[in-house]
Amino acid sequence: MSEDLRERFPEAEWIDSHDQDVVRIAPDQLLEFGNVVHEAGFEVLADVTAVDWYRTRTPRFDVVVNLLSMQHRRRLRILVGVPDGDPVVPSLVPIWPGANFGEREVYDMFGITFDGHPDLTRILMPDDWEGYPLRKDFEVGAVPVQFKASHQVN
Amino acid sequence: MTDKTIDDPEIEEVDLWVSGTEEAEWDVYSTDEGAQKMRLEETGARLTEQLGSVVTDDYDLDDIITEDERMIINMGPQHPSTHGVLRLQLELEGEMIRRSKCVIGYLHTGMEKTAETLTFLQGPTNVTRMDYLAPLHNELCFSLAVERLLDIEVPPRAEVIRILMTELNRIASHLVAMATNGMDIGALSIMTYGFREREQILAFFEKTTGLRLNHNYIRPGGVAADLPPGWRADVSDICDTITGRLTDYEDMLKENPIWVGRTRGVGVITAEECRAYGITGPTLRSAGVPWDLRKAFPYSGIENYEFEVPVGEHGDVYDRYRVRIEEIIQSVGIVRQAADAMPKGDFRIDDRKVTPPPRHRIDESMEALIHHFKIFTEGFRVPAGETYVAIESPRGELGCYLVADGTGKPWRMHTRAPSFYNLQALPIMMADSVVADTIATIASLDPVMGDVDR
Amino acid sequence: MSVRRTAPSNVLTATVDKAARWAQTRSMFPATFGLACCAIEMMATGAPHNDLARFGMEVFRASPRQADLMIVAGRVSQKMAPVLRQVYDQMPDPKWVISMGACASTGGMFNNYALVQGVDQIVPVDIYVPGCPPGPQGLMHGILTLHDRIMAGKA
Repeated sequence: MSEDLRERFPEAEWIDSHDQDVVRIAPDQLLEFGNVVHEAGFEVLADVTAVDWYRTRTPRFDVVVNLLSMQHRRRLRILVGVPDGDPVVPSLVPIWPGANFGEREVYDMFGITFDGHPDLTRILMPDDWEGYPLRKDFEVGAVPVQFKASHQVN
Repeated sequence: MTDKTIDDPEIEEVDLWVSGTEEAEWDVYSTDEGAQKMRLEETGARLTEQLGSVVTDDYDLDDIITEDERMIINMGPQHPSTHGVLRLQLELEGEMIRRSKCVIGYLHTGMEKTAETLTFLQGPTNVTRMDYLAPLHNELCFSLAVERLLDIEVPPRAEVIRILMTELNRIASHLVAMATNGMDIGALSIMTYGFREREQILAFFEKTTGLRLNHNYIRPGGVAADLPPGWRADVSDICDTITGRLTDYEDMLKENPIWVGRTRGVGVITAEECRAYGITGPTLRSAGVPWDLRKAFPYSGIENYEFEVPVGEHGDVYDRYRVRIEEIIQSVGIVRQAADAMPKGDFRIDDRKVTPPPRHRIDESMEALIHHFKIFTEGFRVPAGETYVAIESPRGELGCYLVADGTGKPWRMHTRAPSFYNLQALPIMMADSVVADTIATIASLDPVMGDVDR
Repeated sequence: MSVRRTAPSNVLTATVDKAARWAQTRSMFPATFGLACCAIEMMATGAPHNDLARFGMEVFRASPRQADLMIVAGRVSQKMAPVLRQVYDQMPDPKWVISMGACASTGGMFNNYALVQGVDQIVPVDIYVPGCPPGPQGLMHGILTLHDRIMAGKA
């Protein structure tokens, strides 16, 4: 199956990472690639996350998609490089509806926008939170209580 | 039937938060719940989108009812039956739930950020606090990821101890799931019984690890300490008690007409929907899919044990309860096999890079003291790389995506939390069911909010 | 909060005050405010092995209107803070707060953006129970200490 994929996506970069199949693909090919591997049996999207390579790599972000094939007992990881200035990736929700929460979390934590997501809002932080906490340029330490409405504490 | 549109100024905003209480004077401020205010129709539209492609919307609201008959109520985040701080927005039509939406994040702890400031040896301290009903699974998953990056293998005794402890933890977690499921439906005795048996397992954990929860026991390279003297008797005691008492629970629940009536055919989900939404664990198995990572991608030598993967048929609350009970029985079997097969030897890897020197060496040797100091202050270095390791936690696929950059701390640590993805099942399960079934459905999913929000 | 503050001063206050304090400690209803790991230990405290009922306290009230003790069991996130404050405001006077565990008391090991570093920034706290998580015995000790303080008129 992977030979077939290699032929169809010649620009994709295949990596062997500790005996796991990893493929790095361009953002504009992600949807097409997703459709192909979904047809090929990767029916479960296990996880969506991202990595911030602040000041160490360009493009700055990697969106990481972990796929699982229950029928073939295989895993496949897709890495998609996303530039800093305009972090947009096509959403995988049309292919795997389960990507919904994962993509919202990545949006919440990294500020990466998923084009075509049905409800891209913050999921873990309050709706009006400023900044993207898991970016490397976000302070590690505690921030003051953002809850401004406290009555007089006696 | 009204002809109002979304932009009609006559439609008032529906305040989802302050229901039944007086208007709090701070609700105009930015960070409070007011930010979640939505117009009724907007909510409806959003929820329809959220339901995704698998579930179809098979009724036309506008034809049947008017504005007044639809109601959005808010459940949680402070609610005794939402298993922590889950908040649900339910759109009701009389007694029926038409649409629902989970609002999460009330327990967001920023653990993935904190993990980047802790060394690999301190990592388990952090992840163990995620899923606080199955802390040992979190530690195991993180440790396996670190070990894969380091390319080391732990000694056989450590592997068997890991299996023994995690399977005991699975029993304790399923007991709590059963207890709280019973409590939510009104079977209060099962609640007290479930916690009683769990207490015995916790006592053994406390004896072994020093803490009842949040053990920090399984670490990269092995486990923190050997099993205590007399562990064999304790473990066989636990196994005997659990198997003996399980028959009591079966008598109490299995054919209890109230229990069966409240759980059969409630909160149904199909295997196809489970796959589409990435739902794993007992929920997936209750829908008839024999998928267990312990069989599919074995870890820590679990392939050497004999056990079965129980599956359900209908994917309803009753089947999930049955699957958990059967899994307890299987886990007791694994624990017994692990206790019998316990090899002699070291409980952590004899690799100076990862393991601190033994206590008596520190008193004798300056080098050992320096080594000990360095390993606990700087930590050991892990070669650059990335990996994803998944294990079967009591709630499903628990994964750890770890990126190392060659220093003593992870560049990025991400946990694929089973409860987080499983929560996406709730709108499907609860669509077109009655309000009273909501809590039965939530409880059967067994979400742990620490796992969801991390 | 004591009767002394609200009642006009007269001869009987000393005795009424004491009787009121006694009544307050003997029928203290905690609100269920379970958040994280500590909530599991709080449930274990109410479960048969430890049995909080011995102190007349096993009736955890789901509604804050019926409760007079709030046990903040677990880490309080920035998103949860306004909810916690609202639940506290809904509880009738007199009311007390126990901050259970390291996270509720100081933020614990999570010195980051997401957590309120100590629940005492939002509500006044009477008793801090240390531990991560505190065992049932620790929580019970905290509760009994609170009883003692109420009887002594200090809380």
